Amino acid sequence: MSDSLAVEAQGLVKHFTSRKSVTKAVDGIDLSIAEGSVFGLLGPNGAGKTTVVRMLATLLRPDAGTARVLGHDVVRDADAVRSAVGLTGQYASVDEDLTGTENLLMLARLYGFAPAAARRRTQGLLEAFDLADAGARQVKTYSGGMRRRIDLAASLVLAPRVLFLDEPTTGLDPRSRNQVWDIVRVLVEDGATVLLTTQYLDEADQLADRIAVIDHGRSIAEGTASELKRSVGEGAVHLRVAEVADRVKAAEITERLLGAEVTLGSDPHALSARVPDEGTDAVAGLLPALADAGIAVPEFSLGQPSLDEVFLALTGQPLPDDEPAGGTSSAPGQRETSEAPR
Amino acid sequence: MTTTLRDAVALAERPARPSPLSTTLTFGWRALLKIKHVPEQLFDVLVTPVIFTLMFTYLFGGALAGSTQAYIQFLLPGILVQTILFVTIYTGYTLNTDISKGVFDRFRSLPIWRPSPVVGALLGDTVRYTVAAVITITLGLILGFRPDGGLGGVLLGVLLLLVFAFALSWTFIILGLLVRSPNAVMGVSMIVLMPLTFASNVFVDPETMPSGLRAFVSVNPVSHLVTAVRGLMAGSPDATEIVWVLIASVVLTAVLGPIAMRIYRSKS
Repeated sequence: MSDSLAVEAQGLVKHFTSRKSVTKAVDGIDLSIAEGSVFGLLGPNGAGKTTVVRMLATLLRPDAGTARVLGHDVVRDADAVRSAVGLTGQYASVDEDLTGTENLLMLARLYGFAPAAARRRTQGLLEAFDLADAGARQVKTYSGGMRRRIDLAASLVLAPRVLFLDEPTTGLDPRSRNQVWDIVRVLVEDGATVLLTTQYLDEADQLADRIAVIDHGRSIAEGTASELKRSVGEGAVHLRVAEVADRVKAAEITERLLGAEVTLGSDPHALSARVPDEGTDAVAGLLPALADAGIAVPEFSLGQPSLDEVFLALTGQPLPDDEPAGGTSSAPGQRETSEAPR
Repeated sequence: MTTTLRDAVALAERPARPSPLSTTLTFGWRALLKIKHVPEQLFDVLVTPVIFTLMFTYLFGGALAGSTQAYIQFLLPGILVQTILFVTIYTGYTLNTDISKGVFDRFRSLPIWRPSPVVGALLGDTVRYTVAAVITITLGLILGFRPDGGLGGVLLGVLLLLVFAFALSWTFIILGLLVRSPNAVMGVSMIVLMPLTFASNVFVDPETMPSGLRAFVSVNPVSHLVTAVRGLMAGSPDATEIVWVLIASVVLTAVLGPIAMRIYRSKS
């Protein structure tokens, strides 16, 4: 990791004006991302993550503040920024009507590759992303994982030094998600700088050297994953009781044993509590204590704090409830959880 | 996967920045690929002129001009104009589709000459215009359209029409950039084009219209275009009308082109 900065932003502001209201999508964000590092922007839907990325990628003009990517100003020197960055996300997509090959070939030509070189580049990328067999198919026939890989390949045509990944794994199955993570790790080993946005603490934890937590367009915390987790306690215990009626009693026992505040989940069976640094031993005693009280606990897990808990700890408020219908609402942070059907 | 990925991503030599012409042609190529993969988009282009020509010729031809034979000489250049003008809507429709699918932002994040996605799409649209023109004229010939201007007159008429269509496309590009969904683009465009093409001299001579309507028809740019194309195809070109159409095309492009590109650049 070198000392120079790949991305630096001071006081970025973007307001969107609709009919009567002004939404402060981004309300004063500072960023310093070292070259060769992975930086995670963590926050719920509507926190302003995508807007930050779009400003850094020259797609949106900031209302105030400045940003530089590899030393180039994103407003005054937009073309230099565009030559140096790759962008993948919900707002920078490939053409679904074209085939995978045609999409990459088109981008290679647009980046200035001569026809033969463009074909070589396309073929190489398709093979590396395990898409060679699907190259002749229209992208709209691709599975979710393939789709994300072709998006990634598209953003790598010019071997960018800085890569912006906007929610690269949202909606992916675990296998595809791991593939995307592996790709990111390889790129970073080879010197690329990655800015990724995510709703999952686990993803930021797995990939990012530093994380900024964003809420309502402001950065509410920044640090390494372990620093952030320390701020919310080392971990959290999640449990589901068999009988809804037992939940209150289970919450009392948990609170007494761990000495930590218990959060009742929206699922009437579920509750969770932060495990304080010194409370790890107490967790071991929790299951027997619940059993003694005659409470059946079909599901018990000890995991990293979820984004909900990070938010609760940092803002004192639960995560705003604006998950899209059918969205993945369970954070992959609770990997030890044995998923019971809900 | 790791080593192949490394090799595939590594780039020994960065290519030089491509010329505006090269990127524009690449976008034109993309438009052709889209026609190849989604041929249904040509369906409207093929069917609408056929229905309109048949309907007007046989339903109204005898009543309007004494015989279907006489009417089609009058109608065909008009139908051709109407067809091509309706096809220009697709320019805005496809642009709006690109925006809603996120493809547009990928293009805007590229270090290329900014208007090339739009200009390239316009080039690709030529194929649609040509298909529509060939279908309409062929059908006309089968039904008895015998232009006195010959092949040269017909080609010149089509060429003039294409020039105007390009200029008019900027209107729909602006709509495509501003309106929320592709279907809304279609809807709004229809509201603009319906009165322009029907309240014109496409179907009938405006002589018998009430004076208010006649005044509108005589200033309607579509009427001037139809008269110019009719003149060229009939072998009696009307220089005033042709010049009028050319000036209108230049003015439309000079005014709407920069406005469209300004919206394009600042689009959020």
